[in-house]
Amino acid sequence: MAPVLEVSGLSTVFHTRRGLVRAVQDVSFSVNAGETLAIVGESGCGKTITALSLMQLIPRPPGEIVSGSVKVDGTDLLKLSEPEMRKMRGGKIAMIFQEPMTALNPLMTVGKQITEMVMLHDKLPKSAARTRAVEMLHHVRIPEPERRAKEYPHQMSGGMRQRAMIAMALACKPKVLVADEPTTALDVTIQAQILDLIGDLQREFGTAVVLITHDLGVVAETANRVVVMYAGRKVEEASVTDLFANPLHPYPRGLLGSIPRVGSARGLDVSPDERLREISGMVPALNDLPPGCAFAPRCSQADARCHAQVPPFEMKQNDHFAACWQA
Amino acid sequence: MSTSALPAASGPVTHSFMNNVWYNARRYPLGVAGAIIMIVFVFAALFASTVAPLDPFSTNAKASLAPPGATHFMGADMMGRDVLSRLIHGARVSLAVALGATFIGSGFGAAIGLACGYIGGWFDLLVQRVTEVMQALPLLVMALVITASLGPSLQNTIIAIAIPLIPTVSRVIRSNVLSLREMPYVEAAKATGMSEWRVAIVHVLPNTLAPLIVLATAQLGSTILTEASLSFLGLGVPEPYPSWGRMLSESAAEYVRTAPWLVIYPGLAISLVVFGSNLLGDALRDALDPRQRD
Repeated sequence: MAPVLEVSGLSTVFHTRRGLVRAVQDVSFSVNAGETLAIVGESGCGKTITALSLMQLIPRPPGEIVSGSVKVDGTDLLKLSEPEMRKMRGGKIAMIFQEPMTALNPLMTVGKQITEMVMLHDKLPKSAARTRAVEMLHHVRIPEPERRAKEYPHQMSGGMRQRAMIAMALACKPKVLVADEPTTALDVTIQAQILDLIGDLQREFGTAVVLITHDLGVVAETANRVVVMYAGRKVEEASVTDLFANPLHPYPRGLLGSIPRVGSARGLDVSPDERLREISGMVPALNDLPPGCAFAPRCSQADARCHAQVPPFEMKQNDHFAACWQA
Repeated sequence: MSTSALPAASGPVTHSFMNNVWYNARRYPLGVAGAIIMIVFVFAALFASTVAPLDPFSTNAKASLAPPGATHFMGADMMGRDVLSRLIHGARVSLAVALGATFIGSGFGAAIGLACGYIGGWFDLLVQRVTEVMQALPLLVMALVITASLGPSLQNTIIAIAIPLIPTVSRVIRSNVLSLREMPYVEAAKATGMSEWRVAIVHVLPNTLAPLIVLATAQLGSTILTEASLSFLGLGVPEPYPSWGRMLSESAAEYVRTAPWLVIYPGLAISLVVFGSNLLGDALRDALDPRQRD
């Protein structure tokens, strides 16, 4: 089966007064229909810029996608003109955002916002588009969708708004859904519901999902494959099980090690006085990257080669890739 | 925060236009008062010839400076013309100028502000410098120059007063758009495949309505006063047609002690319209914002 979304060699830079900021460098991945790929990493590692690059919503200037290709169903989005790209956005590739509280227009009813979009893409008459909007609200399990469609965003809770956002994103049955930290702003019980919902709809519509998150718990629950990013580059890619069982790159190893475990303080499987582990140091500034591996300054195993040369991204084990000289 | 907490919301909610008007009328009694004031004046202006008790133009030497009484309810001016009738006819000019100039000024100002704020870049830079030059001149001086070159007539007065309003409105709207442009829902709208124009008009412009309404109602008053000043200088709507501004400014200096009704009544009319439009504007701003409901 050919992947629905194929990203290869994507590089995005920002021209700023302090120099060239390489936000995303040579990132490649692919996602099959109905599959979820998670992109993880800490703030500023390039996750969101990757997502915006897929949608081509990078502010230009100062941003620029300098190389690579983003193929959806074989069409390279980076080669499309702006009007052609507009048809793709929302139609073939949709996005849901981190802030459900502000991602809907406060002056327009939720139903109308979904209707507008359906009319735009599927060229349906208003009444049919409206019916579709109500159907979608029903699909995302909003109770009384008829009545809720007539409500304004402020009349809904955060979880419900995120459902409405998902309804809007999926209203035109896109092939690819980019979810940029869809659950970060929600509390934990709602998080689980939203993730279940995305999973169910994904199975139903066969959507390929790119899930961007920094929450490894979310990754473990929902993703099939994981890409770990650090300072704008991919450092590891593997299936979820492989990554959690056997992380190769010291950065994801550190990330996994820094998750607090219930019971660790009571000494169930670790010594009672063990402190929560952390990754020391800071993410390097993207306009001032070290010449070698970007993680080397924070890495306990780094040697001279790590500081001097960027490690190649290569297959280390069966279907398990990493960019590390030591692995 | 939501209606579901209230028992009244359990029944089906109908959203007809009249229902909405009714609902808002009960919530904003001051707005209703403002609306009534404005309706009375607009009615007087539309049906001036029927409503006015006397001919506003006929002079009468015997009635010169007659104090308020049975024939002249609000007195008469130096030429013996009935003040009430002149006020009613003057409503035509004053309201036409005030509403016309405010609409044109706010409309163009909002359009320019939206374009500047949304497009940004060199376009914004250029237009804002022109705006600054315009703002450096006082409103009255600019209106003066414009009427002087266009010649005095109702139309030209409206244009002359509207143009100097544009810079203020465009600046307010521009600054508002600059912050709205960065809102996540604008990005989200782009992510649904809307064109930039559509995003600007459907998602950004309606969100600037609140400051626009407040600004427009505030300007309604100042346009009436500008018209008064232009008339005083002989550049407003030409004689013999009465306007409140000219009635006030003609008599203010000479008769304020001897015949105060010549000053008080036009002044009262201007104040009432300004007051009424402000009350109405405030209520409209709140009523049009769905966040203020429930």
